[in-house]
Amino acid sequence: MRFVADVVVSLKPVVNDPQGLVVRAGLHQLGFAEVGDVRVGKHITLEVDAANQEQARQRVADMCERLLRNPVIEDYGIELRAASGASPEPLSGPA
Amino acid sequence: MRFGIAVFPGTWSDRDCAHAVSVLGHESVPLWHRDRDLQGVDCVILPGGFAYGDYLRTGAVARFAPLMESVQEFAAAGGLVWGICNGFQILCEAHLLPGALTRNASLEFRCQMTWMRVERTDSPFTRECGTGQVLAIPVSHGEGRYVADPETLERLEGERRVLLRYVAADGSPVGGVSVNGSMRDIAGIVSAQGNVLGMMPHPERACEPLLGSDDGLRMFRSVVAAVEHDSLFADAAPRREPVR
Repeated sequence: MRFVADVVVSLKPVVNDPQGLVVRAGLHQLGFAEVGDVRVGKHITLEVDAANQEQARQRVADMCERLLRNPVIEDYGIELRAASGASPEPLSGPA
Repeated sequence: MRFGIAVFPGTWSDRDCAHAVSVLGHESVPLWHRDRDLQGVDCVILPGGFAYGDYLRTGAVARFAPLMESVQEFAAAGGLVWGICNGFQILCEAHLLPGALTRNASLEFRCQMTWMRVERTDSPFTRECGTGQVLAIPVSHGEGRYVADPETLERLEGERRVLLRYVAADGSPVGGVSVNGSMRDIAGIVSAQGNVLGMMPHPERACEPLLGSDDGLRMFRSVVAAVEHDSLFADAAPRREPVR
């Protein structure tokens, strides 16, 4: 079964995020005075084939631990859903 | 002696490093990222650049290159590994050094002269420097802000593993506002064994007076002296066996 995993990689709260500070300053300048803390992260979308949702989650977590995040500075979150059409075959390719 | 200079797709400082080695009259060989053979080199340099485009994170993909497996073994056996700029980022991603290099506090790519104090001279990388000497060596990076958790920082300081620390040109402390905002003004750290160095500044770009400084040459000279003479880290395992 094919799943889509949305992985969000964000800087740990203790790590200073200069990009977030600049974005916040920019929003304040535009008049969005209500904006408090801003953190900038990464959004990675993966398509994975797995027997079930639990297995897909485990595999994606392993990918996060080994490559997608740097454990020194980053946390991650995973959201899983079934791929639309849920075809185990590649979406494009030779007919 | 013979330096090995790693070449990943996107490496840009390999030829500058080779030139610095040639200024001293020594030999260097390029080490292609897909090869595992270190060709019996005495020191591996991981030069600056953007290995594999620095996609995902700086150094994140380069650490999985076949060459890096050999470099890991070489380092574990006590071999000298010298990561410069992108090389430092790769060493951190490969867990050969602790911590991480993050976006400069200024958010700007900085290409400029910097000054750093040599914190110890009983290292193979600084034995030709004076104690507390201030070296003028340029940086060229957008992600060089060294960060680590407080325990790691304390361990590094306690074990005297901060080899280079950013200072002002006159040697006075910069107090956290260095060129990239590194914690503790860290410019370069060594591994627990002392045989692996990661540093953001580019010593190969400071190896002739024409370039504005030849202070970087002292570090190359140090490595040569460490390898050719009885090294100060001789207890760091039998390290002359080439790793295959």
